[in-house]
Amino acid sequence: MKCQECHERPATLHFSQVIQGKKMEVHVCNVCAKEKGYMNYPEDGYSLHHLLSGLFNFDTSNIASAQGTTYQQVNELQCPKCELTFSEFKQIGKFGCAVCYETFNERLDPIFRRVHAGNTKHNGKIPKRQGGDLHKKKQVEALKDQLKSLVENEAFEEAAKVRDKIKALNQDQDKPEAGDQS
Amino acid sequence: MTLQQFMNEALSPWMRKEGPDSDIVLSSRIRLARNFANVAYPILADPDQLEEIRNFFKEKYENQSFEEYKQFAFISIRDLSSVEKRVLVEKHLISPLLAKYSESAATLISENEQVSLMINEEDHIRMQLYFPGFQLSKALNKAFEFDDWLEEKINYAFDETRGYLTSCPTNVGTGMRASVMMHLPALVFTKQINRMIPAINQLGLVVRGIYGEGSEAQGNIFQISNQITLGKSEEDIVEDLQSVVQQLIEHERHAREQLMDQMRTKLEDRICRSYGVLEYARIIESKEAAQCLSDVRLGIDLGLLGNVSRNILNELMILTQPGFLQQYAKKTLTANERDVLRASLIRQRLELEK
Repeated sequence: MKCQECHERPATLHFSQVIQGKKMEVHVCNVCAKEKGYMNYPEDGYSLHHLLSGLFNFDTSNIASAQGTTYQQVNELQCPKCELTFSEFKQIGKFGCAVCYETFNERLDPIFRRVHAGNTKHNGKIPKRQGGDLHKKKQVEALKDQLKSLVENEAFEEAAKVRDKIKALNQDQDKPEAGDQS
Repeated sequence: MTLQQFMNEALSPWMRKEGPDSDIVLSSRIRLARNFANVAYPILADPDQLEEIRNFFKEKYENQSFEEYKQFAFISIRDLSSVEKRVLVEKHLISPLLAKYSESAATLISENEQVSLMINEEDHIRMQLYFPGFQLSKALNKAFEFDDWLEEKINYAFDETRGYLTSCPTNVGTGMRASVMMHLPALVFTKQINRMIPAINQLGLVVRGIYGEGSEAQGNIFQISNQITLGKSEEDIVEDLQSVVQQLIEHERHAREQLMDQMRTKLEDRICRSYGVLEYARIIESKEAAQCLSDVRLGIDLGLLGNVSRNILNELMILTQPGFLQQYAKKTLTANERDVLRASLIRQRLELEK
């Protein structure tokens, strides 16, 4: 069986995941399991803290030994602002500052995925003042999703209205720079 | 508003109002975690910077009002005695964690105690809003407005992809913890709760005791909250929680009806005995008091006991906690002394109802 993530290497890890009552079969290779952060830890009897440090440890040691290679962290990532290193972060299970999120960004998806039922991206509130153009961007994204499902359901009249809304919103957004953009 | 006023009354002013489904849901709460964009989080920040944050809140928000949340009192944790800290924790106005971070930790509490803001806890800002009964959506709307009001003057640590950036990876995204406090005596009595809790956990929700993480469910009071903060909108999280709470309410009501149908006399006996214990005991431990209070409250809700106000459970549960008892006695008490004072306060309180 091929790995369902890369479709190249053979799948060596097989398990089922239950997220919100839905069972999913997962077949992946070691490399993808590590990258995508699959694999569940037994949740009962563990505090969240255990769970966190457990999954951090999993990241570096378990996979490495499974592959039969000695994986060592050669260059230790360190946050330029608060000077927290990635291994310290693993130990305390807390970020030191907002910049840590950028510094450790590439290694965070597996962690978030496991803590937040497979999610890695924010989908909620945007700060009212700071949010600026983001509000409109989100609105356009939502309308585009709506448009897609309307087209799929062949509700073309409705779809046309939504399309016009998107257009209007996009034009609004371009207005300040209209001069150099048109 | 002075500290003294928060200390005197066990029941917060907002708790005196009744909300929807308040026979089962005691309160609804929304908590939002926020941080300043350019300051390290409290665990790693320079003490001077945390002091600056503390001062910022004191200068900008002390005695300010936001809509019906008036006259924010600013309280520095370092100015409090250990009993005073404990009382604020017992009233759920601050977290046990804030009480420990004493140096630059502070809190802003509205006059009606419905809003409290913790400063320099695990995150720079933790705001929480309480509503009586089952009113999560309303609490969320108000929390958003309050959050917007704060954001007028504060640059939050926010990222388009990851959302609100928090110190703990378990809070990132919305930074929101929505929770309800539920009184579920019939589900406990019929042992149905034991199989419901694992099912609730599977839905990404957490069930805890009255004082949060690691605490036991005293007086059949359970706190149910969301675990996931990333990937779903606040509205969706609240909706999911609401639907589970709604089901629990129905199950609890059904279990109560069944108890009344099938074993009314036994139930009545238990409730009246508990009332008797509260009315006559001279020494009572907190666990026994909580169980008796829960029985009495159930008796009130089922119409088996008249002339006792519903609030008695919430009020006496808080009033008989160790911190409150010592605040009342104005001195440190041993466990035995507390049990005596607890019994005496309960008797006095029941006397007032007559």
